[in-house]
Amino acid sequence: MEKLLEVNNLSISFTQYVQGLNRNESKVISDLTIDVNENEIVAILGSSGSGKSLLAHSILGILPYNSHVTGTLKFKGKTLNQEIKEELRGHEICLIPQSVNFLDPLMKVSDQAIGECENEEEYNRKKIKQREVFSKYGLNESVDDLYPFELSGGMARKVLLSTALLNDPDLLIADEPTPGLDSKSVEETIEDIKNLKEKGKGVLLITHEIDVALKTADRIAIFYSGYVIEINKAENFKNKENILHPYTNALINALPENGFKLTEGVQPLDIVEGCPYYENCPIRLEKCENTKPELIDHNGIMIRCFNFKEANDGT
Amino acid sequence: MSENPWYNKGLFSSLNLREKTLLTIALTGLVLVVIFICGTMINNIPTNFDTKMQAPSFVHIFGTDWMGRDMFFRTIKGLSLSIIIGLGASIISSIIATILAFLASSNKYLDSFVSWLIDLFASIPHILLIMMISIALGKGAFGVIMAVAFSHWVNLTRVLRAEVLQINTSEYVALSNKFGKSKFWIAKEHILPLILSQIFVGTLLVFPHAIMHESSVTFLGFGLSPHEPAIGIILSESMSYLAMGAWWLAFFPGLALLIVVLLFDIIGDNLKRLLDPREANN
Amino acid sequence: MIKINNKKLAKFIGFKAIRLLILLIVIATISFIMIQLSPIDPVRAYLGQRIVSEEQLAIIGHYWGTELSLGERVLGWLQTLATGSMGFSLIYRVPVTEVIISKFTSSLILMLSSWVISGFVGFGLGVLAGAKEGTWIDKVIKTYCYILQSSPTFWIGLVLLMFFSVYLGWFPIGLSVPIGQLSDTVTIWEWLDRLILPAITLSIVGIASITMYTRDKLINVKKSDYFLFAQARGESFWGIIKNHGIRNILLPAISIQFLSFNELFGGTILVEQVFAYPGIGQATVAAGLRSDVPLLLGIVIVSTIFVFVGNMLADIIYKYVDPRLRSVDDE
Repeated sequence: MEKLLEVNNLSISFTQYVQGLNRNESKVISDLTIDVNENEIVAILGSSGSGKSLLAHSILGILPYNSHVTGTLKFKGKTLNQEIKEELRGHEICLIPQSVNFLDPLMKVSDQAIGECENEEEYNRKKIKQREVFSKYGLNESVDDLYPFELSGGMARKVLLSTALLNDPDLLIADEPTPGLDSKSVEETIEDIKNLKEKGKGVLLITHEIDVALKTADRIAIFYSGYVIEINKAENFKNKENILHPYTNALINALPENGFKLTEGVQPLDIVEGCPYYENCPIRLEKCENTKPELIDHNGIMIRCFNFKEANDGT
Repeated sequence: MSENPWYNKGLFSSLNLREKTLLTIALTGLVLVVIFICGTMINNIPTNFDTKMQAPSFVHIFGTDWMGRDMFFRTIKGLSLSIIIGLGASIISSIIATILAFLASSNKYLDSFVSWLIDLFASIPHILLIMMISIALGKGAFGVIMAVAFSHWVNLTRVLRAEVLQINTSEYVALSNKFGKSKFWIAKEHILPLILSQIFVGTLLVFPHAIMHESSVTFLGFGLSPHEPAIGIILSESMSYLAMGAWWLAFFPGLALLIVVLLFDIIGDNLKRLLDPREANN
Repeated sequence: MIKINNKKLAKFIGFKAIRLLILLIVIATISFIMIQLSPIDPVRAYLGQRIVSEEQLAIIGHYWGTELSLGERVLGWLQTLATGSMGFSLIYRVPVTEVIISKFTSSLILMLSSWVISGFVGFGLGVLAGAKEGTWIDKVIKTYCYILQSSPTFWIGLVLLMFFSVYLGWFPIGLSVPIGQLSDTVTIWEWLDRLILPAITLSIVGIASITMYTRDKLINVKKSDYFLFAQARGESFWGIIKNHGIRNILLPAISIQFLSFNELFGGTILVEQVFAYPGIGQATVAAGLRSDVPLLLGIVIVSTIFVFVGNMLADIIYKYVDPRLRSVDDE
């Protein structure tokens, strides 16, 4: 399996002005490490509004100018800079955005899917392709001439997906593809994403819905307060024994089938010195308060917790 | 995404945006105060027909007019007059705006009346409105101040109305209502203190417009009388000498007026930014 | 591409017409009262320097209704208006309607040309500044607009007049028609010669607001989700500005340009005064200074209609051309 995407120690922070024009630095993503292979769906699971989307924006090189980024990104082994990102985006890496708001409100959807064309001939070629992809997802010709606001939720989802697939990318980044959809559309979306994997594509799924992540992904990265605290195989989530981090456990316990055991406490908003989960952790150690645990490999599970040692059982 | 953000480059690299904003406000304010004080101290500009119509030189940096008066002193005097008129007009317009905003927020009928009034005032060209009011009040300083004041309350009224409506829905206002406090008491004790800064900034933002419109109507002959040393008068006088090539009679006084207006603009904008940081993030 | 719902539009225009009528009655009444309360004496203004006997004075006084109460005079004035007449101009000695039609036409050419120029140039500069936000180009354009917004219109006119007419001698100083020539014998070139400077002055002043508006709008578009997604789809920067930016800001910008009729009229008054361009602006100033009350009131009414029409067109563009609003409340 070839590694499509590698993210190493990515941190993203913003400078903002608050009342009285004092400057404020806020860190949204800290020391994030993750990879996506061909033929694989990796989910990033974290609460909504926690800044997960910025990972996608950073891969595509569309972060706002007041952001500050450290760490490295690699695509097919090649380190990405802004220039390469601009070449890749829309061709080899495509985004499936959150909602219909990501479409130009004043442009017909087919024209948006086709995108910019140099000449008539290119347009006609892309138009055929667009029709092909649209019909594959059950969007008939009448949809082509609709404006985004005229689309229903499920239709919008399919338009966004087809738009992303038009250029046949290797890596897809799906940013919250399910919220606001009815359960049937959610199932369809999950199926669609799984089908992409069957075709050998890699998918980075960003979501806050744990059941969507469990149903869709091969591996799940748990995102907490800007940090990835655990990356585990989706199948391990069926058996609590294989879940390592106490926060992940809390998440699993909160699922309906496990009796809704909700955890107390909130995610810290300020930058903390120690483990971000220290305040709420049931198994915290003394050193957790002031030292930050690194993300380590514990028998194939990536974990950020002092209770686990770096280990390799040889698998 | 750059290593060194834009505000850390250049001349003021050691200052942050807050300090820079405060410094800008202080410096511009100082310049305006100096102009104003100098202007009020100039009472008598000597006429000297030996030195009439002289182009700018080191002796008379703005040149002299047809009576040999120094144009620099006339300009400064005119500016201070503009500032006084502008001050009067903006304060009165802010008072009008505040009263109308409170009226609008007190009940539905008054609210639609005020919006109707706003529509009404916005439907006559500004200058024409100022001319009409000024004519009706017999021109002169009083006429101009009132005319400018009565044509510049619209924007601030809109802002304050929204603000007052928002405060009216807050819990402590509801609580005061329950305690049987009068509407006037609530307005005075709760709402006014909260919108004072808005009123202040609003007044400052009207200032440049007030000054500009005063000079415009005066230039047209509907403002201050020709005996007043106003910039509008100076410029309208200069029209008779332009064909003779006496460019300095119009150029410098107008430029000075532009600078004063610009300085007021800068103060207003910076203050607004200080109170509402959303824009600074852009 | 643009489909307009005619039935709804007709209803809208009908509604607006009623509003305009009410507005005109109110404006006519208020401005009439304002003039009546002013120190202007209509009899004196009518007579000018002529000396007349007591009896004649009484007749003229009766003609102007000096012995009537304010309420009666207002009613009389509204009745006259209702017949479509605006009275007789004291300065031009012809019906006010005639004066306004001839003066307004020549001003309209001036206003229209500068309106078009400032619209195109302003929109272009705004797009450029917005696209290049934060760069030196943006800063230059912003500074230019900032300074223009703070400069008195008439002073810009004076400076241009001094430079191009007096110093370079390219254009005549004042008077739309050369002295001693009838206005219909003027060649198009002579006339253009006198139109260019005032039109440029008016455009320069008008550019600032449309540029700043376009710039801000484009910056907002650049922050929008669809701009982000267009980038993510790999479209080029200028392609996105063209395909998505301009598409989304053009209608609001045109609307804003229509809303500027108010400033345009005000600007014309000043510019015509500076360049001695014989249009509605000069007529306004003359009417005001020489107490030509009927003409002044007539101009107030006409300019109100002018501004109203501008606002209405802006409304129509906003409500009926945008596909989102177009179909929202279709019955």
